[in-house]
Amino acid sequence: MSVFNQSRGRIIQIIIGVVFIVITAQLINLQIFSSQYKLAAENNAIYRKIIYPDRGIIFDRKKRALLENTISFDLIVTPSESKGTDTASLCAILGIDTAEYKKRMLDLIFKNTRVRPSVFEPLLSAELYAKLTENMYKFPGFVLSERSVRTYPFNTAAQLLGYIAEVDTSYLRKNKHLGYEMGDYAGMSGLEKTYESILMGQRGIKRFIRDNKSRIQGPYENGIFDTIPVAGRNLFTSIDVEVQQLAEQLLQNKIGSAVAINPRTGGIITMVSSPTYNPNVLTGNARRKNWGRMVMDTAKPMYNRAIKGQYPPGSTFKPLGALVALDQGLITSDYGIGCSGGYGACGGVYVRCEHSNAGHAANLRLALANSCNSYFSDVFRKALDNKKWGNTNQGYLKWKEYMNAFGLGRRLEVDLPSEDKANIPDTSIYNKFFGGARRWNSCSVLTLGIGQDKMTATPLQMANLMCIIANRGYYFPPHFVDSIENEQIEDTVLMNKYRKKHVVTNISDNDYQAVNDGMHDVTVYGTASHLKIPGVEYCAKTGTAQNPHGKNHSLFVAFAPKDNPKIAVAVVVENGGYGSVAAGPIASLIMEKYLNDTLSAAGKATAERVTNMNLIPQAIKNWYTRKDEERAARLAKLALEEAAEKEEAENVKENNKNNTEATLEQGSKPVGNKKDSTDKYKIKAALLLSEDKKKRIGGRAQ
Amino acid sequence: MMKNKNISQGVDYPMIWLYSILVAIGVLCIFMVEFSEGSNWFTSFIGGKTNYSKQLFFAGFCALVATFILLTDSKLFTAFANLMYAFGLLLMVATFFIGKNINGSKSWIPMGGGFNLQPAELCKIFTALALAKFLSRQETDFSKLKFQLIAGAIAIAPAILSILQHELGLALVYSSFLIAMYREGLPAQILIFGSSFGVLVIASLIIEPNTLLIILSAIAVLLIYFARRQARRNKGLITTIVIIWMISAGTQRFVIPYIFNNVFECYQSTRIYSMVGKDYNCSDNVKSLKKQKAGNEKAPKKPDDYNVRQSKIAIGSGGFAGKGFLKGTQTRGKYVPAQHTDFIFTSLGEAFGFIGCVIFLIIYLALLYRIIRIAERQRSTFSRVYAYSVVSILFFHFAVNVSMTIGFFPIVGIPLPMVSYGGSSLLTFTILIFILLRLDADRQMVLR
Repeated sequence: MSVFNQSRGRIIQIIIGVVFIVITAQLINLQIFSSQYKLAAENNAIYRKIIYPDRGIIFDRKKRALLENTISFDLIVTPSESKGTDTASLCAILGIDTAEYKKRMLDLIFKNTRVRPSVFEPLLSAELYAKLTENMYKFPGFVLSERSVRTYPFNTAAQLLGYIAEVDTSYLRKNKHLGYEMGDYAGMSGLEKTYESILMGQRGIKRFIRDNKSRIQGPYENGIFDTIPVAGRNLFTSIDVEVQQLAEQLLQNKIGSAVAINPRTGGIITMVSSPTYNPNVLTGNARRKNWGRMVMDTAKPMYNRAIKGQYPPGSTFKPLGALVALDQGLITSDYGIGCSGGYGACGGVYVRCEHSNAGHAANLRLALANSCNSYFSDVFRKALDNKKWGNTNQGYLKWKEYMNAFGLGRRLEVDLPSEDKANIPDTSIYNKFFGGARRWNSCSVLTLGIGQDKMTATPLQMANLMCIIANRGYYFPPHFVDSIENEQIEDTVLMNKYRKKHVVTNISDNDYQAVNDGMHDVTVYGTASHLKIPGVEYCAKTGTAQNPHGKNHSLFVAFAPKDNPKIAVAVVVENGGYGSVAAGPIASLIMEKYLNDTLSAAGKATAERVTNMNLIPQAIKNWYTRKDEERAARLAKLALEEAAEKEEAENVKENNKNNTEATLEQGSKPVGNKKDSTDKYKIKAALLLSEDKKKRIGGRAQ
Repeated sequence: MMKNKNISQGVDYPMIWLYSILVAIGVLCIFMVEFSEGSNWFTSFIGGKTNYSKQLFFAGFCALVATFILLTDSKLFTAFANLMYAFGLLLMVATFFIGKNINGSKSWIPMGGGFNLQPAELCKIFTALALAKFLSRQETDFSKLKFQLIAGAIAIAPAILSILQHELGLALVYSSFLIAMYREGLPAQILIFGSSFGVLVIASLIIEPNTLLIILSAIAVLLIYFARRQARRNKGLITTIVIIWMISAGTQRFVIPYIFNNVFECYQSTRIYSMVGKDYNCSDNVKSLKKQKAGNEKAPKKPDDYNVRQSKIAIGSGGFAGKGFLKGTQTRGKYVPAQHTDFIFTSLGEAFGFIGCVIFLIIYLALLYRIIRIAERQRSTFSRVYAYSVVSILFFHFAVNVSMTIGFFPIVGIPLPMVSYGGSSLLTFTILIFILLRLDADRQMVLR
């Protein structure tokens, strides 16, 4: 029989051979043509541990650190190894209940798997840290891991410095090429964001081999691929921390903003937006508590009004109106008009003037000192109707060009994120508004000449405008960072835009002298004559911007000293009334502090008076009251519930006891108890509330 | 007496070499899997605590057994073939009563001293011998259906017992006897039908049911169209085609879903589906639903392809030349489950890459071809059938095991002969091979 089937041995050999060839083909496919398996193996086995460098420090102009790094600790857990943990005592230390513990655990496992370490409780307080270190032996699977956290020794400049926070998925998506990873912290606003690449430094990476349970087996290839962290570089800014603190203090309980710039360099000395907050409330574990409240606050403490607030400049615009006409040669400093209490050349539009005495607008200097509305309306029309440009439309475009050159209606590219450009409207806006290019003329937009109509400017733009006038025709773009530690070529490229001088006008010194003299006169006998800086002559212009929503905004721009300006200031106080009332003293005190390094006795008294001035609009006050009430109700309810729960537990306990002892005399006892404890909790709620209120108001004020 | 002369006379030395090389590779691979830095490998080899040192002891024991087998008389095997087969079956039945549960299958008999014996493993030898004995009987005419059925029953009996012990892999091994039977004259149609059926099963897993039905119908219509001339002469042809079409359609439509949903356990269905790259929905599975109702099992989770994925990563990451001895990260990190037993091939693939794998394949191929050569030179049917049984078993083990690690076959617990860790398995294959060598040494004798 075997003879007949001899060929079948051959066939079996062929079958075996074919199977081997198929296996070899798949091996070629897997081992030679599929690169993804190598990668997958590395992802499996190589654990990259990131070594975080210290973040760079930000200094003020006198090398005082505005923020510092301190070490905080995170409680890290690897769920798969946390079996024997003494859950009860851990919960007791952290102040959570076991349900919360379980919920957090499940959450972490869901997000980051059972075998990888995740943050159980971030940024522990010193007290918690101490308690935990003593008891760590009870919590297998838990470790304490270091993390560097910002603190702010001066409690100031929150909006300028910005904050750092853990990166989220959208941040990772946007900054893919920078190599951030989940769990990294990055600057989210302010200087922290703008200079993130410099402050962050370079992370070091250590590679380890790990096994299937994520246990480290040892360094990968003896560490030849490891990199060493490079510390972040420091920033040296032009901020003066004392002036900043003073300005924040003066603006408390007001809504508004103050900006002071060194006109010689463009370096910003102080920038305040009120209400502000204490930067320390957004660091460490305080952040979680406060973030929501800050975001929900109707007065927007995190909103930087100095670069985002848009205000009509009002009378503070007048010096610029004069400069435009002077530069075009339309007027000289001797040009004057007769004003008898208003500007009526436009017929339908009549602009009232505060003054009606003869000669108050006899020349530029006088007109500025008296802030004559008629004079600047007239000058504005001259600029718009300049024959050289053909028609009003072209004239307006030229005027707008001037505005942009002076830094209005465009971003000044300050080194903070999300600067606003405010508004110098385009002709198209007016064409639309009036229904055609020929349907409007210089009379239609007359109030632009006195800083009203549709024009707006940010406090930063106003301060920058003062710099141009103080410098007599040029400015450096305003910025905070003067220099970077170990400046490199790419940093120089970054910084060069702040070191470039922008020349704006070609007006003779003589004409500038008239503008400066006029602004000086404001402080001598004009609207700001009551505001003096001891030993310093300064130039200023008040402004009172009409506010359709309520009380007028109070504006004040100034620079000092008169002949060799070292500081230019713009202050806006919303609903502050006349410029000289609210904004004026703030500006003069800022200048005094900066120039004299200290305040005189009179200055201190003014400072105290201004500090105590409360100009928060009634609507916002009402909002706070309402929120407080809601909060009180919530707290009281919580306390009552807590009391009831406790009561119930006590009752159960007592009942049990009574049952076992078989006594029948409990009668009214529990009822009395209940009343007592309920009262106690009510008092507790009230206490909590008042404390909380104090804290919040304090926070807002700082 | 023959055995008194010299036991080495007539023994096929290339076989012994190939066998030894494979056992040595096995010990090395297990060493790679178990090795951890810092331990003294020499003492741990001697110590007997680690798996590789255990395997070394097993190898030594197997060498003793091998020598003993070479010392016996060939006639012993023919004489006791049926008796041993009966004994083997008895042992397997006995496991139901005295068996020990290891990894979910109650197929082990504790031998004392921490060693356990798996009768199903030994039964392979006995079945091979019994089949050889049956086919070499004078009165057996294998071209007759009756004898084919008896031969089939000999192979199927232990397979059924294995299935009852939840050892699906071991049961599948018994299907390899088909190859040996094919060599002895089993009609080729059975193999062809078998493989066509396999293609149909895989197609019905991959292709959406309605699409497959359309494809099958299209094939049937085309066949009828091309065969219309022959059909005039042979009236039954069209009927045959239609019947085959109906059977295929019924299989893919009803039988396969029924088997997957009602016969298989959820994890088995999932594994088979994951092999063709699909997810199996366990909520269709009657058994898992029953368990859920009973509250024994949680709702099914993600598809169970972790093993295959990690195994493919290990082999694939080896690349062309491999990562080097003891440098495989997948192996060192223990990412591949059961790597020292069923997935031993992955450690080889990772450490020595494509080159290492090909060399290993060539050694294995040489072994299999050598056995076929030995088979063909036998004068007695008994020896030839036995040799073919050996080559079938080894080939089946090898093909299924390696295919499973490279993602070609669902995961069934089948070891890689001589290489995988495990005393029972090593002993079984040693006995298998050395009985063959004993028979081969006496190839001049006609054994019945």
